Amino acid sequence: MAAEITIHLVKTFPGRAPIRAQIRYPVEGATVLILFGPSGSGKTTILRSVAGLEWPEEGTIRFVSRLWLDTASGVRVAPQDRHIGYMSQDYALFPTYTVAGNIAYGLSHLPSAERKKRVDEVMELFQLRGLEQAKPRELSGGQQQRVALARAVAPRPLLLLLDEPLSALDAPTRLHLRDELRSLLKQLALPSIIVTHDWAEALTLGDVMAVISAGDVLQVGAPIDVFSRPQNADVARVVGVETVVKGRVIEAIGGMLRVSVNGTTLMALEAESIGPDVFACIRAEDVVLEPGRASASSARNHLTGRVQAVTMLGASARVTLDCGFPLVAMVTRSTVDEFKLAPGLLITAAIKAGAVHLVSRQEA
Amino acid sequence: MIQERQDTRLNWIAIWVTCKLAGLTALALLFVGLPIAYWLSFSRWRWKFLVESVVALPLVLPPTVLGFYILIAIGPHSPLGRLYGELVGHPLPFTFEGLLLASILYSLPFAVQPFAAAFDQVDRRAIEASWTLGVSKFQTFFKLIVPLSTAGLVTGAVLSFAHTMGEFGVVLMIGGNIEGSTRTVSIDIYDEVQALNYAGAAKTALFLLGVSYAVLLVVYAVNRNVWAAWPRK
Repeated sequence: MAAEITIHLVKTFPGRAPIRAQIRYPVEGATVLILFGPSGSGKTTILRSVAGLEWPEEGTIRFVSRLWLDTASGVRVAPQDRHIGYMSQDYALFPTYTVAGNIAYGLSHLPSAERKKRVDEVMELFQLRGLEQAKPRELSGGQQQRVALARAVAPRPLLLLLDEPLSALDAPTRLHLRDELRSLLKQLALPSIIVTHDWAEALTLGDVMAVISAGDVLQVGAPIDVFSRPQNADVARVVGVETVVKGRVIEAIGGMLRVSVNGTTLMALEAESIGPDVFACIRAEDVVLEPGRASASSARNHLTGRVQAVTMLGASARVTLDCGFPLVAMVTRSTVDEFKLAPGLLITAAIKAGAVHLVSRQEA
Repeated sequence: MIQERQDTRLNWIAIWVTCKLAGLTALALLFVGLPIAYWLSFSRWRWKFLVESVVALPLVLPPTVLGFYILIAIGPHSPLGRLYGELVGHPLPFTFEGLLLASILYSLPFAVQPFAAAFDQVDRRAIEASWTLGVSKFQTFFKLIVPLSTAGLVTGAVLSFAHTMGEFGVVLMIGGNIEGSTRTVSIDIYDEVQALNYAGAAKTALFLLGVSYAVLLVVYAVNRNVWAAWPRK
């Protein structure tokens, strides 16, 4: 039997849409599941149910061979007995303990020599050396995040649960720690579930992604598939980015990056700490269509493409183009009429360099 | 008798009885009050307010009413009073033990409310983090919740001590006025005034005033970041 995580639960809250989640996916060494959705969608409740901090009215939660919850047969495993690492959005460090004390907190079952060794090991891994005796309030946001993560992984949990791990940080730190977190997770070689509403985090960190909206799981799949091939309009609306393609940075010139995507060249603004392998992400609203073949305008990218499909969505229309890679544009109904957009038509898509978002990608 | 009491020396016997009563009451309330406060702070039971109101009753009831009901409850005609009488050999009212029991009930809100307020302030996410680290609820209480609630615990203990030092009505109803056993300082002052020994009453009253003020100093000093009479920051 393949190792799997099964989450099936129903939980109701007064005055809110009930949460009905059904997620099942295979886990290997370090599989990262992303629970993605807007705030209030129920993703945190699902994570807390897996942690044993929230009790669904109905459901089954199974992690590999361990049954953690089964309301039908009355199985309710306490959070203490699930052997998980859990990190809440605000880190919830213990203010009366030092950094070393926080990390050692879950290790009281070990003899003191082993406990000390484990604390040292984890402090080293999370680059916290020198902060052993500091109190949480003396730390920067990034350091607090590392201590919280170190505390969660110190007892060697079976599964790591992170609730919006980067959202409490300021933007530059967040960008930097996103890549750091990815390599840490791979290094720890333990499966994890991460809640986020940030699509760049989902792409960078995730192996599997579940899109959640109003308590329902809309789609489960590899992040790039979910972003580039949303199952329906609801998923597309939730994820917000419709073109996600694999690319490779060729060169940097004058603050711009040339990215090759399946033979087509895209220009993007230079971003720091971006590896050669990237995802290029483009919002459908940022793609402007112009009649005929490419000509010059202020937009940096002019791609000639053939219309594949036109889907009317009320006053707007979703146009899929083939520009060497699939590109989705969102235009008004009058544009469709004016340009007589129909499958087979050759047209130009103009995209400003600033609208091409690059997210680093680990080559598997 | 009156002639003998016409001196202005403090009644050290009454002071000792009072301090013993207040100390034991505060100590007992640490054991009795903590679980009640924990439950009040952490329970999500919808009818919790019913229990909260019962705990707060001694704040508004006249001590004579409270004393009357306790007297009935522990008297020789109640099952509790009969059981105690059979086990110990003498009835509970008008003994130090009976007075202690009444004091514990009378000071309950003075301990439970600061305890519960302190527990309310503890970050629930930190408590959950402790649980997910494999630490039991019981251990989490002592390793995390108590160290974060020390100010509230000190306040509750000190307030119940101080409140017991000053109680009068309940002592009169339950304890009577037995020298060396149930005569407390406040009763002693009343007796002195009845006996027109104003000098003795003044000295004892000043003593009680001093102790009460010192106790409140401790409470406000411990809580100066939370309950300051003057604004900070």
